[in-house]
Amino acid sequence: MDGAAPRHVGGPRSFVARLRDGDEVAHLITLVFAAVILLITSMLVYELWVSSHLSRAQFGWNFLWTQTWDPIFDHYGAAPFIYGTLVTSIVSLIIAVPLGLAAAVYLAELAPRNMSDSIAFLIDLLAAVPSVIYGLLGIFVVVPVVRTTIGPMLINTVGNVPVIGRLFKGPNYGVGFLTASIVLAIMIVPFIISVSREVLLTVPREQREAALAMGATRWEATWKVVVPWARTGIMGSIFLALARALGETMAVTMVIGNDPKIRESLFASGYTIAAVIANEFTEATGDLYLSALIELGLVLFLMTFILNGLARILIVATERGGGRPS
Amino acid sequence: MASTAHGSNAAAVRLAPQVNMTDLTTTTSEKEALVRFEISDLNFFYGAKQAIFGLNLKIPKNRVTALIGPSGCGKSTFLRTLNRMNETIRHTRVVGQILLDGQDILKMDVVGLRRRVGMVFQRPNPFPKSIYDNVAYGLRINGYQGRLDDLVEHSLRRAALWDEVKDYLHKSAFALSGGQQQRLCIARALAVDPEVLLLDEPCSALDPVTTAKIEELMFHLKDSCTMAIVTHNMQQAARASDFTAFMLDGKLIEHSETSKLFTTPQDPRTEAYITGRFG
Repeated sequence: MDGAAPRHVGGPRSFVARLRDGDEVAHLITLVFAAVILLITSMLVYELWVSSHLSRAQFGWNFLWTQTWDPIFDHYGAAPFIYGTLVTSIVSLIIAVPLGLAAAVYLAELAPRNMSDSIAFLIDLLAAVPSVIYGLLGIFVVVPVVRTTIGPMLINTVGNVPVIGRLFKGPNYGVGFLTASIVLAIMIVPFIISVSREVLLTVPREQREAALAMGATRWEATWKVVVPWARTGIMGSIFLALARALGETMAVTMVIGNDPKIRESLFASGYTIAAVIANEFTEATGDLYLSALIELGLVLFLMTFILNGLARILIVATERGGGRPS
Repeated sequence: MASTAHGSNAAAVRLAPQVNMTDLTTTTSEKEALVRFEISDLNFFYGAKQAIFGLNLKIPKNRVTALIGPSGCGKSTFLRTLNRMNETIRHTRVVGQILLDGQDILKMDVVGLRRRVGMVFQRPNPFPKSIYDNVAYGLRINGYQGRLDDLVEHSLRRAALWDEVKDYLHKSAFALSGGQQQRLCIARALAVDPEVLLLDEPCSALDPVTTAKIEELMFHLKDSCTMAIVTHNMQQAARASDFTAFMLDGKLIEHSETSKLFTTPQDPRTEAYITGRFG
C-alpha cells in the first residue's frame, strides 16, 4: 500500500478519481451505447414519417382501409397488405406454436440430455438459414404439396365445417396465404423451440421435485408446474417468432402469389407489407407511389410496435395471481 | 387417536371415497405397527460412487426421527431414497430393501408411493400460483372431487398458517415471507394427507423464530404423521425429534432415542460430532 495513494478515504471521491477507477468510464461508454438504440429507433420513425408525407397528405387515415393498390391511377391503400401480413403471421403461429412447444418440452424434459443438446444445435442452425432458402423450399416442396395433398384434404374435411369452412373454399393453385403461412411456420419453429427449451431448462429442479413429491406423474409435473413456471419465457419466444413472421419478406413473396386482394380463402393469393415494399420499391416511379410504399413501412413498424405492446400486456396479465419472483 | 383417524380419513377419501370413518378406524388399529419404515442393508450409488453403505434403520410410526451428520455424509441422499426422489437424477442405483408398512417401496408404483410419503425441501419452493392453488395442487392432480375449500383450510390449519393467510388465499404465494412459504409448502404436502413427511433441512433458510414455529408444528403433526427430518442443527434435532440417527461418510454410526444419543452417545465419533469437535 505504501507509495500508492489510498483508493478511498471517506467523503465523496473526485470525478478524476472515479474516472481513473473505471466506474465513470464504464458508465459513460455503456450509456452512449444504450442511447444509440434510442437514436436508431427515433431516426427510423422520423425518416418513415417524413418520407411518407405525400401519401399521408393525399389519403389520410383512409390509407389504412382502402383496398385498391393501383400504381397506374396513383391510388393506394394498405388494407390488402395489412390483411395479408396479419393472416400469414397468425396462421403461421397457429401451426408453429403447438409444434414448437411440444418439441421444446420433449427436448427439455424427456429426451436424454446429449440427444437434446445435439438436436438443439441443429435447431439453432435452422434458425440461421437465410430466408431465401426457405423460399426455395416453399416453391419446390410446399407449393406442390399444398396443391396436391394438403389443399384437397382440407377442402374435403374442414372445408365442410360451417364457419371455418369458408377459409378453405375456392380454387387451390398451391400459392397463397396457406402456403406462405406454412413456410413461415417452418421458419419460426426453430425460434420457438430454441428459446422455449432454454427457458424450460432453467426451471429450478425444486419446482419439479415439489410436484413429484406429491405424487404427480412426470407429465403432470411437466405440464402443470414446469411449463407454467417457464410461461413468460415461452411467450417471449412466441413473440420473437411473431416479429419474424410479420417482417419476413423473401420467403413469403416467393410463395404468396403477390396479389393485393383481400380474400377469405386461405388458398387465394395475397400480399404482405414487407413483400410489396421489397418487390415494388425499385420500380416505384412516381413520388406518390414511393411515398405510399414508405407509409406501408411505417404501418408495418407500428403494427410490430403495437403487437409487442399487446404482448407485454398479455404477459403482465397472465402473471397476475401467481407471479414468480423476478 | 382421534386425530390419527381424522388424518387417515382424508387419505381414505383419496383412495376410496366410499370408505367411511368406522371402517377406517378398524383397519388402522388392525395394523397398529410401530415401525413405519424398515430399511435393511441399503446401499446407494451415484454412478460408480457409493454414497450410502449398508444402512439399517427403523423409523417408528408417529415419531420424529432426526438425521444428523456433517455435510456430504449422505443424510439427504438417504432421505430422498425413502420416496424414491433420487430416481429423478440420472445414473443412480439403490441396492437393499426399504419396507413401508411391510411393503417393499422399490416394487411399488412410484406415484402411489409419493402420495403416501410427502416431502418438504430445503428452500421453500411454492409454485408460482396463489396460496390456495398451491395447497389445492396435490388434491387436483389426485382427482379429488370433494370440497377443495375445506381441505385447503384444513391443510393450512395443520401447517399453522391459516390465521395468517385466510384473507389472502388468492394472493401469490411469493408474497409470503420465507417462513410462511415453508409452512405453505408443508401445507401443500399435507393436503394429500401423507402417512410420512420427509423434511430435508426445512429450516436452514429460516430465522430462529420461524424455525421455532416449524418445530412446534412438527410436534403437533406427530399425531397424524410420521416424520423424518434431516438437519444440520443439532439443537434442532435435540429439541424436535424423538429418535436421532447419526451418519458419517455414508454409514449409520449410531441410532437411538434422542435424549440418549445426546447425553450418552455410545460411539466416540458421535460424541465428537455432537460436542462440536468436527463437522
